Amino acid sequence: MADTSFRQAADSVLWPLRSYLLLARTWMRAQAQYPVSLLLTALGTGLAAVSEILAVLVVFDHAGVLAGFTVAEGLLLAGTANLAFGCADLLMGAVERLGVHIRAGSLDTMLVRPVPPLVQLATDHFALRRLGKIVPAAVTTGAALHLCDIDWTLGKVLMLPVLLVSGTAVAASVWVAGACVQFFATDSRDAANSLTYGGQALTEYPLAIYAKEVVLAVTFAVPLAFVGWQPVLYLLDRPDPTGLPDALRLAPPLVALVSCAAAALLWRLGLRHYRSTGS
Amino acid sequence: MPDFLPCTFRNRDSFPVRVYTEVYVRGLRRRSTYRAATLGGLFTNTVFGCINAAVMLALFAARPEINGYDAEDAVTQVFVCQALLGVVAVMGPPLELGERIRSGDVGTDLLRPVSLLGWWLAEDLGRASFNLLFRSAPILGAGALLFDLRLPGEAGRWLLVLTSVALAALVSFALRYLYEVAGFWLLDTRGVWAVMGVFGPVAAGMLIPLPLFPPGVSDVLRTLPWASIAQIPTEIVLGKDGLLGEGAAGGLLLQATWAALLLALGAWATSRATRRVVVQGG
Repeated sequence: MADTSFRQAADSVLWPLRSYLLLARTWMRAQAQYPVSLLLTALGTGLAAVSEILAVLVVFDHAGVLAGFTVAEGLLLAGTANLAFGCADLLMGAVERLGVHIRAGSLDTMLVRPVPPLVQLATDHFALRRLGKIVPAAVTTGAALHLCDIDWTLGKVLMLPVLLVSGTAVAASVWVAGACVQFFATDSRDAANSLTYGGQALTEYPLAIYAKEVVLAVTFAVPLAFVGWQPVLYLLDRPDPTGLPDALRLAPPLVALVSCAAAALLWRLGLRHYRSTGS
Repeated sequence: MPDFLPCTFRNRDSFPVRVYTEVYVRGLRRRSTYRAATLGGLFTNTVFGCINAAVMLALFAARPEINGYDAEDAVTQVFVCQALLGVVAVMGPPLELGERIRSGDVGTDLLRPVSLLGWWLAEDLGRASFNLLFRSAPILGAGALLFDLRLPGEAGRWLLVLTSVALAALVSFALRYLYEVAGFWLLDTRGVWAVMGVFGPVAAGMLIPLPLFPPGVSDVLRTLPWASIAQIPTEIVLGKDGLLGEGAAGGLLLQATWAALLLALGAWATSRATRRVVVQGG
């Protein structure tokens, strides 16, 4: 008896995960039917990621040192930020098409299926080409970790994957929260882009180059500072040039939990507010 | 002239001009329907302008002058580029022509008694005009409020800037038209866009100003047509000499040359395509 209720509880936790994997795999198999198209679009996405990293290189090449960061340290920051945003884009990026589903009425179809609607939305047209964004970011991060003068300790080795996962979770929550606004204003996708893609552009450079208000906003309001900036300060043992407490750099896992909870809450609020278009 | 056309179209000489004008006006009015999307785009472009401007200010705080550019020049370029993004659409959206070639609807377009290129040029210029009024102007205004921009003072130079923006719209249309006409042979132009949507903005000087690239790379990019889309209009705003020197005249000449060459290439490609390629069945 106790055994079955335990299984039910486990199922209710695992079912969203299992359905996510199932749906993502279905879309991946569909895209694999057009390998040339997949390869070309992945290359295009990769080209965009590479050009952004090259821009960071050009800027650091002229400046030498930017906000106390050398080229290698700048690349570490750009690499980790792009890696986290790239993973979040792969896993959750499709949610930005919420407005399209509301208008077309396909959200109604999702609501009657026995799979969590957020899972269906996130896996819709699951775009394998976004790996094109992750690969250059991972290579940059790897190279930068090698080039930077990092005082490796066991703690840092263990924290590295935790920081990357937390960064991805924070970025994914920003994506979901931005999409939820479309429940209330269907045409707000472009405005949400300034949070998601804008957030990525913002976190590619040392936060110290921005105005104090911006730093405070991305630390305490929309926690983009925990995607790349705080983790890199931790890895480099660098005092925070913006003057915020050093303890913040240990906060990414906690911030990730809080922002995921906030995004989930917003999603529920939006879903409750949603009235079908009737089409 | 076929007599099933409305009587306003019966005058043989003014017929194409009337059609293009109507298509232009409808292209402009169609965009005015999507107010929230316009506001969203305006907001996003301004946010990106502020982020890129902060990067440029930090860079020029470390090196006050790079290849003839100072901080004010670079920040001005950032906002001119964000303001032009809606007009020249180098990052998309693609012309709807591509989708019509793929689905075979282009067959209907080809039945019309006006040229395919002219029809889509009129439509796209309508879209560009709407964006110039309701996106470019507010973005540049916001930039001027938030940062020190090096904008022209006299009306005469603004006239040169407007001419340059008009030529930029022509060059950008011609390039995007060629991307789509490639669909007559490739059927699907998403691959073309996947590459050109990235290369275009970089070569236009929208990612970072072209003078900041290493000299060899910068020289090559400034010769290519994409420089006419943003780099040259910015140089005319700043009152700088471009590749050909001679101030604004040199820049306008290069833009006009590319516009003429690419539109001619577009017309030639259209005639080749319609003669040799079988239209997809609907």
